[in-house]
Amino acid sequence: MALLEIKNLHVEIEGKEILRGLDLTVDAGQVHAIMGPNGSGKSTLAYVLAGKADYTPTSGEVLFNGKNIFDMAPDERAAAGMFLAFQYPMEIPGVATMTFLRTALNAQRKKRGDAELSTPEFIKKVRETSAKLGIEQEMLRRAVNVGFSGGEKKRNEILQMALLEPKLAVLDETDSGLDIDALRIVSEGVNRLRGPGRSFVVITHYQRLLTYIVPDIVHVLSHGRFVKTGGKELALELEARGYAEYQEEAVA
Amino acid sequence: MSAEITTIKTAAEVALAQAFSQARDRLPGDDAIAAQRAAAFDVFAKEGLPHRRVEEWKYTDLRALMRDAKPLAAPPDRTAKTRAKGAGALLGDLDARRLVFVDGAFVAELSDIAGLENGLTVVPLARALADGNATLITHLGKLAPGSDVAVALNTAFMGDGAVIRVAAGSTIERPLHLVFVASEKPAATFVRSLVVIEERARAMLIESHEGPSGADYQVNAALEFFVGDAAHVDHVKLITEGAEALHVSTLAAAIGAHARFNSFTFTAGGAVVRNQLFLKFDGEGTVAGIRGATLLRGRQHADTTLVANHNARDCQSREVFKAVLDDEAHSVFQGRIIVRSHAQKTDAKMMTQALLLSERAEAYNKPELEIFADDVQCGHGATSGALDDNLKFYLMARGIPEAEAEALLIQAFLGEAIEGIEHAGLREALMDFVASWLKARA
Repeated sequence: MALLEIKNLHVEIEGKEILRGLDLTVDAGQVHAIMGPNGSGKSTLAYVLAGKADYTPTSGEVLFNGKNIFDMAPDERAAAGMFLAFQYPMEIPGVATMTFLRTALNAQRKKRGDAELSTPEFIKKVRETSAKLGIEQEMLRRAVNVGFSGGEKKRNEILQMALLEPKLAVLDETDSGLDIDALRIVSEGVNRLRGPGRSFVVITHYQRLLTYIVPDIVHVLSHGRFVKTGGKELALELEARGYAEYQEEAVA
Repeated sequence: MSAEITTIKTAAEVALAQAFSQARDRLPGDDAIAAQRAAAFDVFAKEGLPHRRVEEWKYTDLRALMRDAKPLAAPPDRTAKTRAKGAGALLGDLDARRLVFVDGAFVAELSDIAGLENGLTVVPLARALADGNATLITHLGKLAPGSDVAVALNTAFMGDGAVIRVAAGSTIERPLHLVFVASEKPAATFVRSLVVIEERARAMLIESHEGPSGADYQVNAALEFFVGDAAHVDHVKLITEGAEALHVSTLAAAIGAHARFNSFTFTAGGAVVRNQLFLKFDGEGTVAGIRGATLLRGRQHADTTLVANHNARDCQSREVFKAVLDDEAHSVFQGRIIVRSHAQKTDAKMMTQALLLSERAEAYNKPELEIFADDVQCGHGATSGALDDNLKFYLMARGIPEAEAEALLIQAFLGEAIEGIEHAGLREALMDFVASWLKARA
């Protein structure tokens, strides 16, 4: 059974159709890359999977582990193993990063019927994971993402992913705003988590990220539907030729 | 032709006049005090209860909100005293010297007045009035604005309270806790306290005001706070009155040079609450933090009216007031910073924020700056709005259920004000209270 199955998905935002019949099947352990020009619907797909309000599915269905995700609130989807690395992570003044991480982890464990982590276990886990991502302990003492640079915010997203150990991680333009060193650190963080039990949907505008996170399958999204699907070489082809031909194809 | 305009007195105004004429001869104090009471009552008799056409009371129309005036409270009986033992529970296991007032009267057997630290003097106001206490005579009525009708009524009817003096250079480690608790009788209490912290002294004063829900009582409390040069004072007021209560209270403070003054008001109880703060910085180089957090639900109405008067140079004040409003609750914040022409280099910043959890809740924020000096840094800000859906979604996308996500955001919002309290145990006690308030909401 596929981990994620999207069938003929149509999504509207404020009455405007953004996704117009999208199909996607992600099997366990696969890495899918979704590329496409600005405005093609990449972030809409990410948000609708995570359950953001105002992203209204008008037809089609999305099954995650065989369950219809539209029956699930965002926190239920997260507890079921869905993770979205935000393109623009939120700053939350007054909520300490450690409190946030712990609340999230324990809420998910509780929903799955697992025991909460003890404080020493939790701290050890955060220390180990954050060290690998080059995240200073001082950053963890600050409020969530407050005063973080763009690169620090993205690393913080990967830290959350590593702690929450999702079944499916959707990375929404995680490469945007990263310099080459940060890109490498983030990509290594993602690659460490790759394995047979975990799938990724990597949304990106550029091919660059995909030289670090090598996908199994590449899709080209244009005007709300996939217009081409291929292997990792498709990304290189796009880099060389641009999106122009696909945009015309989708409109036609 | 000229027409005399007379306002018809409300039932409450009539009742207050009757109460004063009946009680004036038995209220404590000598002739000088009696004259002070009479003069104060005249202010009320002339003005009547403040109403919405009086600018300072525009959003809290006391004339309309105060349907009647309760009779002056009788001395507490045994039942009331027994019940009062559990008062102040909000503070948890915080160790403080408790001075307990039941229905506005000091109760020695519930209070901790033995073994006062060196430099600390505590006298109940009723006794100080009867004895002609020197601290009282030199300080009473010197700070509380006599033209304010709430203060005038307090002066006219003041029955008991605390007169506290901390001698120069003394550090009183153990917080002093004035516990004001109402019994179930529908009565009115007028408590008045005086706190004199002399130069270089250090102390913390907590006042808590509470009473049973379902009891329709009225509280008018006033506190005059004298803070000497280089003194360090923390003041915390907790208003968790019963759901039917009317609470009007006034803090009037004069702060000397190079002092530190931190005041925090926490408002979560009462049907109608008016909290007035009149602060005057009389000496240079003082640093003050004036903060507050308000949590309201149902049809509660709470008004914070603040005047911070910078009357000396080089002082810094931070005013931060936050309100969380659910259901049909109303909050009012009127804050005015005044900078006198000689108060150069004043650094004063005021922020008021309301978080509306319901579409029917209302917040009125009125920040004002009156600056007469030309070399100052002053600013104010006011916001009101709902919880940020994007932040909520971010938390939920990490697996945090909606109610818990909202609670986290609300706690964070209030935390910015509560973290201004220096006492760690008290900060935790308040955050625990906030958590239980939020739990009751879910």
